[in-house]
Amino acid sequence: MITAQDLTLTGYRRPDGRFGVRNYVLIIPVDDLSNAAAEAVAHNIRGTMALPHPYGRLQFGADLELTFRTLAGQGRNPNCAAAVVIGIEPKWTDRIVQEIAKTGKPVAGFSIERSGDLKTIEAASRTAKAFVHDASEIRRQPFPVSQLTMSCKCGESDTTSGLAANPTVGRSFERLAAAGATLIFGETTEVTGAEDLVMELCETPEIAKRFKAAFDDYQALVESQGVSLVGSQPTEGNIRGGLTTIEEKALGNIQKAGRCTIVDFLEPAHEPRKPGLSFMDSSSAAAEMVTLCAAAGSVVHFFPTGQGNVIGNPVIPVIKLSANPLTVATMSEHIDVDLSAMLRIEMNLDQAADAALQMLERTINGRMTCAEVLRHNEFVLTKLYRSA
Amino acid sequence: MTHGILIHEPDDDVGVAVADLAAGTEIGAVTLEGQPVATVRLVDAVPLGHKVAMRDIPKGKDVTEYGRVIGVATKAAPKGGHVHTHCLTTKRWTS
Repeated sequence: MITAQDLTLTGYRRPDGRFGVRNYVLIIPVDDLSNAAAEAVAHNIRGTMALPHPYGRLQFGADLELTFRTLAGQGRNPNCAAAVVIGIEPKWTDRIVQEIAKTGKPVAGFSIERSGDLKTIEAASRTAKAFVHDASEIRRQPFPVSQLTMSCKCGESDTTSGLAANPTVGRSFERLAAAGATLIFGETTEVTGAEDLVMELCETPEIAKRFKAAFDDYQALVESQGVSLVGSQPTEGNIRGGLTTIEEKALGNIQKAGRCTIVDFLEPAHEPRKPGLSFMDSSSAAAEMVTLCAAAGSVVHFFPTGQGNVIGNPVIPVIKLSANPLTVATMSEHIDVDLSAMLRIEMNLDQAADAALQMLERTINGRMTCAEVLRHNEFVLTKLYRSA
Repeated sequence: MTHGILIHEPDDDVGVAVADLAAGTEIGAVTLEGQPVATVRLVDAVPLGHKVAMRDIPKGKDVTEYGRVIGVATKAAPKGGHVHTHCLTTKRWTS
């Protein structure tokens, strides 16, 4: 059996002491209007990546704060060596720049008003070029698993997820938590029917209470719309794969936590405050959830799937695990860890966790995941309510 | 493969087909650790990933998987029958 301490991990040490497993120079647009300039810079300068998105204008309150936190979080993420931030106007641009600058890494902001796209693109490209030269000379170095922050979320789940792929993540997380890693899971509505089990995993009644308050908020939001989640949860894909009710889906979902203790409750896109497993309030939509995990500083992600969700993320490698023999046969280019032997009782849970941890080690050390190779760069902001 | 059904807890009302199973066949159900629990004769064809009733489930009864209630039977399902959205529904969000 592989323990998490056995893993030999290498990464890029950042000025704040955290370790990244990728080494990107990110071009972050503050708003929809700045996507064109950001993408132009990324086109000009090899080794950079733009994160275009549709929001950032006339948002307010908690929704605006979440957008700022999510955008700044990509730059703060240890997989980011340096960041160029481009916005239509300077004040909001500078808010993102200042949050990223707190990590000590190189960051520069550019605003388009009074310059236009073309001058902005030239100036930002020159800065991005300098950042790439510097980033390209950062060497990988060994780091202990206690310095690892990672996340999990499942998608297009079916009954094989609850039987095999999710428990494999749970067993892996138990070993990682024992070695002092920092772990994130969430999906607030998708634990409906198993919320009491999540509360039982919480280390203190206070954490359980904060989780339950977020859970109840979501349920109240759904009710306030005069609708129910029947028809959305489970999804049509879940149902095709054999899942019938949200309770069944939830019981499969929470297998990902294994027998870990939940040591903290986090608001969306907040960075974990301590090692161990934290529950982050989050949507169950795959790209939104993984984007929030990246914003919270996760550097790599376990994504168990049944029917074959193909999601990736631009900032963090997404490792796909599946035990569905049909999925691993028909969608093999998407699956990093084939667990279908578990259904044949030819692979037990500990052996499956060994396979997951071996793939985690290889991915951290540089192996590109299926989602990375296939250019799955889904970057999706969570919107809490409509803009002004 | 000596089994066609995996079962989370031995007393669960339903197990999961791990291959496409044909009606009329006698199928073994085992736990995740490979311990045999029961055999059932399928009365319906059950696709990979879908659930099989391990005992007669009357209409209105709570249905268990993972040792927990996953919903309520809206129609009776015989032992060996296919248990899916046609006969099982959530107990949540029903107000």
